[in-house]
Amino acid sequence: MTVLDQVRLDTPGEMVRDTCEPFPREPKRAVAPQVRAALASTGWALLGGGVLVALWALIASRSPDLPTPAEGWAALRTLVSSPFYDNGPNDKGVGLQLLTSLQRVFSGFALAAAVGVPLGLLIGASRRAWRAANPVVQLLRPVSPLAWFPIGLVVLKDAPNAAVFVIFITALWPTVINTAAGAAAVPRDHRNVARVFQFGRLAYLRHVLVPCALPSVVTGLRLSMGVAWMVIVAVEMLSGGSGIGFFVWDAYNAANLADVIAAIALIGTVGVALDIAFLRLARRVELEEVAA
Amino acid sequence: MRLTLQGVVKRFPAHKGQPPQTVLRNVDLTVEQGEFVSLIGHSGCGKSTLLNVVAGLTCPDAGRVMTGDTVVTGPGPDRAMVFQNYSLLPRLSLFGNVREAARAAASGRARAVTDEIAERYLTAVGLWEHKDKRPGQVSGGMQQRTAVARAFAVGPRILLLDEPFGALDALTRSRLQDQLVELWQSESTTETVLMVTHGIDEAIALADRVIVMGNPPGPSIVEILDVDLPRPRDRVKVVDQPEYRRVHQRLLSLLRDEGRAAA
Repeated sequence: MTVLDQVRLDTPGEMVRDTCEPFPREPKRAVAPQVRAALASTGWALLGGGVLVALWALIASRSPDLPTPAEGWAALRTLVSSPFYDNGPNDKGVGLQLLTSLQRVFSGFALAAAVGVPLGLLIGASRRAWRAANPVVQLLRPVSPLAWFPIGLVVLKDAPNAAVFVIFITALWPTVINTAAGAAAVPRDHRNVARVFQFGRLAYLRHVLVPCALPSVVTGLRLSMGVAWMVIVAVEMLSGGSGIGFFVWDAYNAANLADVIAAIALIGTVGVALDIAFLRLARRVELEEVAA
Repeated sequence: MRLTLQGVVKRFPAHKGQPPQTVLRNVDLTVEQGEFVSLIGHSGCGKSTLLNVVAGLTCPDAGRVMTGDTVVTGPGPDRAMVFQNYSLLPRLSLFGNVREAARAAASGRARAVTDEIAERYLTAVGLWEHKDKRPGQVSGGMQQRTAVARAFAVGPRILLLDEPFGALDALTRSRLQDQLVELWQSESTTETVLMVTHGIDEAIALADRVIVMGNPPGPSIVEILDVDLPRPRDRVKVVDQPEYRRVHQRLLSLLRDEGRAAA
């Protein structure tokens, strides 16, 4: 019996099992499957989190420098209880630090979108622009964005602005590359329509190129945002003064590892929120695509 | 407007293991002003390529295509096309699809005039009440009617149809065929029609002449048949006429021979 045959034989059996199982038990629980699925995924998530905390507790019990989960939790509660206090430049609430970081990320991200989307459309639509830009993009893309920090520092003469510049560079490449890929994938049919009906440049851009590239653009922006949020912590450790990255570094210097761990949890939460927001946007664009 | 093809040759280079092919082999053809001509043949005989060459989407390797006295060098406002798979722009409404084509055809025209033209043709194909829907929200037949409206809305002298009804069910197809002939006969600008088709009945019912195309290595144009049936043609009665049956028989045997040669 070949592998293919086995697959064919196995699949229907599984399907039968899946669909038949709820019926013999309690047919009246019609809403229950959804609730049960939600409960199940929550349960598994709690299990995963529990394993992590258990490992952490185990390691902390052997290493006196590492805070225990309880200490981390206490630090997080303290941080979250008054997030927006401001006792001068060296003592600010974690909420203010997060907002500062978010503001930098969005500034750099907006700049990258403003430059990256048009550039990507051009590269995707024109073979010559692709040939010219592709080697440059491929060369610069693998460089850690932090390597640009000294340049930003010298040119802009200001550490926070240099941080925004680093975020701009971070967010630029995924935006450009994904936009270009989307713009290069205009279906031949649509190009032929534009040619036969002699669309001008503007009409081609508005009605053919941009609509076709839009889902890829959103994907690029989402990837950019994810990386930007990772890089901001690192770049603020370099730039200092303010931001969540500075907060982490400052807590380390004050030998307050519990705050570092609490900050990691907060950074992760904000990152998830950002990603969900972009996923929603992407889904809306895709839904529109399906409806269209 | 008269359409002339003189010694048109089109080769496709070797691609993915396929040997190079000469799909159009020295095609000479004249379509007179006001004529409706069907192109019929098996897959791979180059009938769609011929249409693309006339549309200006592909350049011939030899020979030339002329509309009136001008040589075709690319797409032009004197020709419009209805594509095989509708090819509407998915993010524009049906109205938007027609209007953008009409606007591109005459960019200097006032917006209100363009809108009026789009409205007229969308109404003519019976889709005015669905004008704000996206192509994905309507049936294939409605999409193709929009594509027909779009083609007429640019006011072309020559209309090119690439298997326009191939993907539709029989009922929708015959209704759309009637609508097409009606539009063609009522429009003063759109005189000449060149239609690629797979369907023998469709070819005869609509056309003044049917051109049978053959697969390589034989000649591209195997035979040209006149369809001497008066218009307007009633699709039910026309089938019983001796002329219809004569052309039908001839087409059937020609295509069968071609099929054998290809196999």
